[in-house]
Amino acid sequence: MFNDSLKQLSGRLANREMSSVELTTEFLRRIGKLNSQYNAFITVDEEKSLTQAKRADEKIVAGEIGPLTGIPVAQKDIFCAKGWLTTCGSKMLSNFISPYDASVIERFNQAGAINIGKTNMDEFAMGSSNETSYFGPVRNPWDAAAVPGGSSGGSACAIAARMAPAATGTDTGGSIRQPAALCGISGIKPTYGTVSRYGMIAFASSLDQGGPMAKSAEDLALMLNVMTGFDERDSTSLQREKEDYVRDLDKPLSGLRVGLPREYFAKGMSSDVEKAIEQALDEYRRLGVETVEVSLPNSPLSIPVYYVLAPAEASSNLSRFDGVRYGYRAQAFQDLAEMYRNTRAEGFGAEVKRRILIGTYVLSHGYYDAYYIKAQKLRRLIAQDFKEAFKQCDVIMGPTTPAVAFDLGEKSSDPIQMYLSDIYTSATNLAGLPGMSIPVGFGDKMRPVGLHIIGDYFSEARMLNIAHQYQLVTDWHQRMPKI
Amino acid sequence: MQWEIVIGLEVHTQLSTQSKIFSGASTAYGALPNTQASFVDLALPGVLPVLNRGAVERAIKFGLAVNATINSLSIFARKNYFYPDLPKGYQISQYERPIVEGGSIGIQVGETEKTIRLTRAHLEEDAGKSLHEDFHGMSGIDLNRAGTPLLEIVSEPDLRSSVEAVAYAKTLHALVRWIGICDGNMQEGSFRCDANVSVRPLGQEKYGTRCEIKNLNSFRFLEKAIDYEVGRQIEILEDGGSIRQETRLFDANKSETRTMRTKEDANDYRYFPDPDLLPVEIAPDWIERLRASLPELPQVRRERYVAEYGLSAYDAAVLTSSREMADYFEAAAKQLPECAKLCANWIMGDISARLNKEGLDIAECPVEPAHVVQLISRIQDGTISGKAAKTVFESLWQGEQDVDAIIEAKGLKQMSDNSALEKLIDDVLAANAQQVADYRGGKEKAFNALVGQVMKAAQGKANPAQVNAMLKEKLG
Repeated sequence: MFNDSLKQLSGRLANREMSSVELTTEFLRRIGKLNSQYNAFITVDEEKSLTQAKRADEKIVAGEIGPLTGIPVAQKDIFCAKGWLTTCGSKMLSNFISPYDASVIERFNQAGAINIGKTNMDEFAMGSSNETSYFGPVRNPWDAAAVPGGSSGGSACAIAARMAPAATGTDTGGSIRQPAALCGISGIKPTYGTVSRYGMIAFASSLDQGGPMAKSAEDLALMLNVMTGFDERDSTSLQREKEDYVRDLDKPLSGLRVGLPREYFAKGMSSDVEKAIEQALDEYRRLGVETVEVSLPNSPLSIPVYYVLAPAEASSNLSRFDGVRYGYRAQAFQDLAEMYRNTRAEGFGAEVKRRILIGTYVLSHGYYDAYYIKAQKLRRLIAQDFKEAFKQCDVIMGPTTPAVAFDLGEKSSDPIQMYLSDIYTSATNLAGLPGMSIPVGFGDKMRPVGLHIIGDYFSEARMLNIAHQYQLVTDWHQRMPKI
Repeated sequence: MQWEIVIGLEVHTQLSTQSKIFSGASTAYGALPNTQASFVDLALPGVLPVLNRGAVERAIKFGLAVNATINSLSIFARKNYFYPDLPKGYQISQYERPIVEGGSIGIQVGETEKTIRLTRAHLEEDAGKSLHEDFHGMSGIDLNRAGTPLLEIVSEPDLRSSVEAVAYAKTLHALVRWIGICDGNMQEGSFRCDANVSVRPLGQEKYGTRCEIKNLNSFRFLEKAIDYEVGRQIEILEDGGSIRQETRLFDANKSETRTMRTKEDANDYRYFPDPDLLPVEIAPDWIERLRASLPELPQVRRERYVAEYGLSAYDAAVLTSSREMADYFEAAAKQLPECAKLCANWIMGDISARLNKEGLDIAECPVEPAHVVQLISRIQDGTISGKAAKTVFESLWQGEQDVDAIIEAKGLKQMSDNSALEKLIDDVLAANAQQVADYRGGKEKAFNALVGQVMKAAQGKANPAQVNAMLKEKLG
């Protein structure tokens, strides 16, 4: 049952093989058994989850069953959920009970899904290993010595360890796709503006995008159907007709042109990852796909551009955490300035402080043009690269990460090495494009490898179709770590 | 040395929207602390701003009213600084591309007209309020005002005296109320001025170093603060010193300004475009719809009153100082175009004086324009004297409605009956033989005394002109 797809679970509920309360209890038990070891969840609240499950069961009995009714979904602790502790992985919000629901949470509630718990994450989503969380690191279910990736590491771990059938994540520079790759699961970051950011605690507003994480593309499609849609409370939310992301899953792939960026297959990728990626591409060729070489000449700039723009926005977004109205406040201070200083010095971790400092610096008088404005110009060039590439292909493929999961502590003292984990993923955020990662095998130490699929704007349904067709002929997405 | 004063004003006008600029919370004044602060206003984690269309419309209306450029694309920026009443740690404002650029406002100083150029007008949100009393060594924060929409209107340094500055501020105040974008309530902070003041030797082109005086919330304070500041700067310069660029506060009790912060400790606000808000796109047809909705503007009316009713520029300026006043005048003048000047005199004289005394606005005036027209007509046709008219006015003020009925009831009708007046004059002449002799002996003064006696005997009901003529005739 723990390896069931969402469709299978929904079937069990629909034919009354089990109730949502039973299903939820099973997953809660598994979390109870495994979480102390993996630390995937910051908050689990059996009572709240089971109350929701009871309500879902009533709906099911009344014949009102949708694809996610009664299904447990883990929520990244970046989404505000009414009555739930919502920490964003930070000491700063370690006492913050949200008085309201994020748009995404509302949508899952309306769909009858069960919030099975709030997942661990890098502090304020700043990190690629889940080691910056105030609540301790998450471990990779495939190898407890390895990191799960980040920042949505808790969600990725929860799915890989089958503590939840599906979860939400957010992706600012790769935070859904990188942990999905490192934990051997599937995840998609949709086109910017597709999922409402209302109630999703902001890291870098122009890059942040929520998205689903699950075992398979089919599950992702069902999750996206719930998560997406226009929200008037988010001015960057796009007014588009509601899409059915399941609709194209069964389309054949023949004639599909897949672009392989020269720059992604150059040096930088480790050989074990390369091998798995090449095998996956061979599989796609067998499915009738044609591969063409494309170029993204400005892609080497994406990390430097990202690390100017994201911290700039973050430095401002995180100003509200000042100890005045909610969250952590320092105990000892003499005056207002010291209250601010001590609160922020004690409430934020080192990586968050580093980024606030970088962001403050690049926005400062005299540096703004040289850093922020320059980065904005380069951002347009990066987006232009993709536009050109999509003239020659339908989707782009490459590795999600340059290497498999690294060990805990391996990169935590070297921020640059850590930042390079997102070398293939951050460009899509800069361009606002959708990107996804699906498991395509294992590399060194039997750690998972993810294939990165980048689509043109609003091509999520096609991307899910491409991933689904692969998953029909492979079983990497069904492999479970031995735990 | 002769000094020239240079002043530019930044005026924060609170836009009269029902809800805040980026949230749905009410903007009503005077609610209990924090009862009008939504999750957005409190800057809870995860909340996002959504722009209030009404605020944008009001800004566009203003731009149209001052003949400014309405930018088809304007951008909201974040102004970053920490303060407890600034919940997000940044204020959403406009920086590089404001919604309104350029434009001008004509002001009237005495009989002189002057055009003051505007630099820009931009939309922004207000901060909350820190309360320092009643908290025993702590401060309270009230976020009801946080997120209230403001239009900051910045003038060029075109003002040359505190009198001009006040005239400009008053004209602007009248304009924003006139076009219905701001209630203009200065006590509630709906209209607040910052004054940038500098002085330079007369004839010098380069501006002197300026100081900014913050938060002047009355025209009187504006004038006093500028006068004090000008004096302070001239004194320093004449003593051979130099002005330090700084922000100053006006102490109303002492009528002086003092340093708030110097340039050195000014914040680096780290402005950058707010990624939570899209650029504001304003289509030409939206602008045209709003242009069509604008009332006749005060400047236009002012010119029309001069041309159409023959008023002086000064009178026209006073009468257009508010839309209510202008409408009142026009309601009267339309019925009595040949007596427009008299209507103006009544409104600017007796009516304004009485309103001031009672602390009322012209919209609350118990005497209606139609009554004023009746009253003036009765003076004009000789039915009552100017003095009697004041008595009639008093009755109208007290709520009576019919001018003729009042005249009748109070017996205020002038003696137009020549024979009655003639008898009265004969009696006065008989009783004042000495003055008659004096007048005939060449003492002109004696004539006035006789007029006075006749008027007295007539209990004010005689027409002075008529009395004059008849007396002259009788005394030969």
